Amino acid sequence: MLTQANCITISTFLFLISILGIFLNQKNILIMLMSLEIMFLSVSFNFIFLSIYLDDILGQIFALLILTVAAAESSIGLAILVVYYRIRNTITVELMSLTKG
Amino acid sequence: MYLLILTLPLFGSLITGFLGRLLGRYGASIFSTTCVVGSMLLSFLAFYEVGFLSTPCYLTLTTWITSGIFSVSWGFLFDSLTCVMLLVVTIVSTLVHLYSIKYMENDPHCPRFMAYLQIFTFFMLVLITADNLIQMFLGWEGVGISSYLLINFWHTRYWANQSALKALIVNRIGDFSLSIGIFLIFYVFRSTEYEIIFSTAPLFFNSFIYFLGFKFHALTTISLFLFLGAVGKSAQLGLHTWLPDAMEGPTPVSALIHAATMVTAGVFLLVRFSPLLEFTPFVLFLMVIFGSTTAFFASMVGVFQNDLKKIIAYSTCSQLGYMVFCCGLSNYTVSMFHLSNHAFFKALLFLCAGSVIHAISDEQDIRKMGSLINFLPLTYSVMLIGTLALIGFPFLTGFYSKDFILELSQIFRYSNLEWTYKSFACWLGNLSVFFTAFYSFRLIFLTFINNSNSHRILINKVHESSFLMYFPLLILALGSLFIGFITKDFFIGPGTSFWNNSVFIFPSHSVHVEAEFLPTKIKWLPFIFSSLGIILATSINILNYNIFSSNRINHFVTFFSFLINKKWFIDILYNRIFVRIILYFGYTVSFKTFDRGFIELWGPYGISTLVKKYSKKLSLLQTGQITHYLFFMILGIIIFLLMFPYFAINTFFPVCDFRLLGLFFLLITLN
Repeated sequence: MLTQANCITISTFLFLISILGIFLNQKNILIMLMSLEIMFLSVSFNFIFLSIYLDDILGQIFALLILTVAAAESSIGLAILVVYYRIRNTITVELMSLTKG
Repeated sequence: MYLLILTLPLFGSLITGFLGRLLGRYGASIFSTTCVVGSMLLSFLAFYEVGFLSTPCYLTLTTWITSGIFSVSWGFLFDSLTCVMLLVVTIVSTLVHLYSIKYMENDPHCPRFMAYLQIFTFFMLVLITADNLIQMFLGWEGVGISSYLLINFWHTRYWANQSALKALIVNRIGDFSLSIGIFLIFYVFRSTEYEIIFSTAPLFFNSFIYFLGFKFHALTTISLFLFLGAVGKSAQLGLHTWLPDAMEGPTPVSALIHAATMVTAGVFLLVRFSPLLEFTPFVLFLMVIFGSTTAFFASMVGVFQNDLKKIIAYSTCSQLGYMVFCCGLSNYTVSMFHLSNHAFFKALLFLCAGSVIHAISDEQDIRKMGSLINFLPLTYSVMLIGTLALIGFPFLTGFYSKDFILELSQIFRYSNLEWTYKSFACWLGNLSVFFTAFYSFRLIFLTFINNSNSHRILINKVHESSFLMYFPLLILALGSLFIGFITKDFFIGPGTSFWNNSVFIFPSHSVHVEAEFLPTKIKWLPFIFSSLGIILATSINILNYNIFSSNRINHFVTFFSFLINKKWFIDILYNRIFVRIILYFGYTVSFKTFDRGFIELWGPYGISTLVKKYSKKLSLLQTGQITHYLFFMILGIIIFLLMFPYFAINTFFPVCDFRLLGLFFLLITLN
């Protein structure tokens, strides 16, 4: 049943899952990027649902924009990752601590 | 002419002070002495005009300070009181100048000494000729400073430095209360001019000063503070400790400052303020108590001193006690009379002591002298005259003033004091006559008559001083012999018109007449006491009876004499009670706790260390781990969102929110 509560709950849960994915994962940067994608998805899902709910097209336009931005972001992120791997031969997050305060 | 009396010493001082190098030793001495001699001759003229011809002179030069209703001008008042002081100061100063030409002959800093002596004379003249309190205070502080410079003349000596500081600081306590008195006078009278204060003093008899909810009688409070000022300057009991220590200066300095002039400034103040003091029975009572106690205490301490100059210093202290308690008995003219007489014989005694010290190679301990009568007959003669004048030997100078003071204290009918206090003062005064006679003759015996305790080398060098040194002695000896008799009639003679309006005595306090008609046996009392003192001193020294050798009373006598020799341990008590505690407070509390401690901790040092420490902790938050950064980012967003309602209500509140700050510091400490 696609009710208001369900939709918002689903998107919020998705968002929280993604945050937890970032936090709880201490090692793999790929999983962090993936949970970032989930974050984008939850946000765009929320936008789409609310555009339908409020009967406003702007939400869907934003969702489309977010899609493109997410695609661009993940491509750049992966590119950085590749460059980083080429230099350091590892992508373990724990070892990325060269810039300390 | 009147202004020249003041300007001559100032001029002389400036010239000898700044150009002493060019004038040379004798040039400076002769020049400065000439200036003071001129000043002395002019003050004789002034005395003649003001005292004999009854023409008080009042000069106003120019405005000094003007601020609102407060206005002070340079004014000079030459009335009888001032002229008596003028004569005393200039005569003693002149003789001391003459004396120190020879006495300081071999001192490398003779011009400086002369300049200091003269600047002292100048400030003393400013003090006595002032017509308002501010100018008087200028002189008052000026003589304090000059006494510092003079005591500290041999500034390479540690003890001279210390005594000079002590003199200045102890005097400053009195000066402080004098300045409070001046403030109060301005507050009550709205003026610091003598003429206004004295003419309106009776009108303020019922006025009160309110302070912190307490109510003080205005005139009594003012007089009390003025009296405390006089206590400091005139070395009354309580603030007397500086005077015996001030003997570290050269002997002419002791003669000038601590015998004849500076210490009399306090008495002069009391006499000057007689129109005010007459309305305050309480302060008069205090003056009697303080004065008589000082006289007794100082004369008793003088008995057991072994330093030639300290004995005379305590004698000065004791005589000042007489003057003050005579003021307390409302007999200001008698006090002035004693002051002028005392200046002569005390300057004489001091200069004789200087002569003796000079003769026996700077030895001051009387236990190491003896039989100087054979070597210094002249000094012995004049010193004997001074001593007899001091103890009030009949028909010498001291007799006319001192015995009259004692007679005044014995009046039993129309006195302004209660009987008990009166007899207190009377007996203390008479006992101190006994002690005065005793220590004076002890001094004479140990110095001149007893067998010599000195080294033969020193004895061989003993010589009578030159003309410049014994000429002042002769003049002062003549003064000690005759001044009292000559000036008796117009100072304290019955119905004398000499004082004009310069001294005010409340008619009900005027008891001169009764003193004349006291029973004769009472009048003999001081003489009997002083004779007893002389007899005792003679018998002890001639029979060579050693009071300490008696076994039965040995311990007690030893302890007692030790106690008195150490001045009743008053200096030690002061050091323990006041000086050390204040110094300790100054070091530990105001310096260590406040200046370097508390204020530093909460001020520059504390804040800088705090910032340094916490900035380090804060920068430790940046571990380099991305997850930690993310954690803080999310946490920050959450906190921000939680704080959102506060932002909506009050823009400035969240900054000061203690929860936020608490969380912040919690984070820092946990890290």
